[in-house]
Amino acid sequence: MYVANKGLGKALALHIGVIAGFFILQFIVPPFHAAMLTRIMVLATYAIGYNILLGYTGLMSLGHAMFFATGLYAAGLSVIYYGLPPLEALPLAILLSAVMSATMGAITLRTSGVFFLIVTMIFSQVFFLTTLYFNMITGGEEGLVLTRYLKPISLGLFSVELTDSVVKYNFALIIFSIAFLFSLWLTRSPVGRVLIAIRENDERAEMLGYNIYKYKLLAFTMSGTISGMAGAAYALVFAYIGSALASILYSINPLLWTLLGGAGTTIGPIIGTGLMIYIIDFTSGITSSYLIVVGITLMLLVLAFPPGIVGAIKRRWIRWLP
Amino acid sequence: MSLEVTLFLGLLDGVVFGLIMALIALGLSIAFGVMRIVNVAHGEFYMLGAVIAWYATTYLGNFILGLIIAPAAVIGLAAIVERTVLRKINYNPESTIVATIGLLYIIQQLVLAIYGPYAYNVEPPFYLRVDFPWFGYSGYKLSIAFVSPLIMGLTALFIFKTRLGLYMRATQQDREIAQAFGVPVGRVYMASFALGAALAAIAGVLVVPFLQAYYLMGLEALLISFMIVIIGGLGSLKGTLVAALIIGVIDGVVSVFFSPTLAKIVGSVLVAAVLLVRPTGLFGAER
Repeated sequence: MYVANKGLGKALALHIGVIAGFFILQFIVPPFHAAMLTRIMVLATYAIGYNILLGYTGLMSLGHAMFFATGLYAAGLSVIYYGLPPLEALPLAILLSAVMSATMGAITLRTSGVFFLIVTMIFSQVFFLTTLYFNMITGGEEGLVLTRYLKPISLGLFSVELTDSVVKYNFALIIFSIAFLFSLWLTRSPVGRVLIAIRENDERAEMLGYNIYKYKLLAFTMSGTISGMAGAAYALVFAYIGSALASILYSINPLLWTLLGGAGTTIGPIIGTGLMIYIIDFTSGITSSYLIVVGITLMLLVLAFPPGIVGAIKRRWIRWLP
Repeated sequence: MSLEVTLFLGLLDGVVFGLIMALIALGLSIAFGVMRIVNVAHGEFYMLGAVIAWYATTYLGNFILGLIIAPAAVIGLAAIVERTVLRKINYNPESTIVATIGLLYIIQQLVLAIYGPYAYNVEPPFYLRVDFPWFGYSGYKLSIAFVSPLIMGLTALFIFKTRLGLYMRATQQDREIAQAFGVPVGRVYMASFALGAALAAIAGVLVVPFLQAYYLMGLEALLISFMIVIIGGLGSLKGTLVAALIIGVIDGVVSVFFSPTLAKIVGSVLVAAVLLVRPTGLFGAER
């Protein structure tokens, strides 16, 4: 087990350091940036989920918005229509995301290569249209606000309100930490090693006796479930659900964040998400065509900077980065 | 209107719509067949066709001119993209997807900045009311049922009867052997990508007289052409046409009775069903 544990100490220290860094930042940065960081942590969770499939299994999905939105709507609608408290809505949403991603994985993984991309995009886009079709329930494009329905979270002796920005921040931090540490564990686990083997050469992995369909399905389900958890956290933290969060842009976003930060690195998706959210926030103040930034960044990444930021760092300086 | 008449109207709309979408899907399919790439910005070429046709008709006062200018402009754009982007990334399938997603947003947002968030249509080139016993139908729309197959036929003629078409088919079968026999693969790639883009642009021009040119219209077309190629099988001409008619008729009939959104949902169920039974599409080759 020497190889498997190589660099574990450093990697663990780095990951706990990142989490501690986020924890400390809330006492330092002004409220605007604290709100931005809350957003970044929730969406970075989404990117971490996406990266399990793209970065560690080598499958590019263009339809993860359907899992993000499954979590989002499961949490949001159960809070609004069934009055579930946040800590019951969250596991329900995670469970539904797992079911949804396992089902979709079982269908879409029958294809390979570019067909997989096309099919994931079709299903996701149809999920988006479905949320519009049932706008009497979902609120459609305009969406619904959860604020009135959000019950306080009781923590034994006292309870906290999710409308409080400090609670929001730390709730997002906990969700983020779970996903982040899970991704570290996964990359070092035997399952993760098989996934990486599939990414590198799936024919060889199959020849070694691994059932690659099963492993891909497992990766797809883990990836979709974490994406759904991020969606549920989004609904609860920002107290809003809307169709825009199920649109194709939300399938492209985690792809962009992951590629920018560096696919196949645990830290990359976080860097990519943080950077892109600040860039978009900046450009949307200047022009209404701000999504052109998304296009230009994707184009530049492919043409000039394929490994992404952390990918490049890993390649040139810090080889042990997980 | 009685049930039968509504159904007839839905079928008619569906066939016209399906034939338009068949052009777009055919373009996607050609680029895939020869170059093994999927162009996610394909819907934007359709949108550009529509928007340029609106400009041409509005400022030059001539729809037919639009039918020439729009595909020409899109061919130029596609050729530039092929040379400066796709060739640089060596037509890697996944990089191409990412690059064309980028292109999708660049085109879409530039059109938003220049053309604006409006939806306009143009006067049809001729007014003709075809009177069925129960309702009148736009003669222009009906003419598409002839124009679109004509364009598809010309494309097939081009692929099967010209030297460039022969090169394309050779490259599709085996790129390396084609190259060894002196086929200029680089130019064939450029031509295939441009031809695919041109078909999308022509479809865009054809729809402006009855659908509005709008900067977000590309996505729906992309979604439907994706459904078509999955059902029909990518790279199959016959499959594309059959699947387009199936999807078109579903779209027309379900839209008339219920809603266009439900039509897409039904379409995706069909896609899922086809995938479960035949992952390569109804007419796709076994892989």
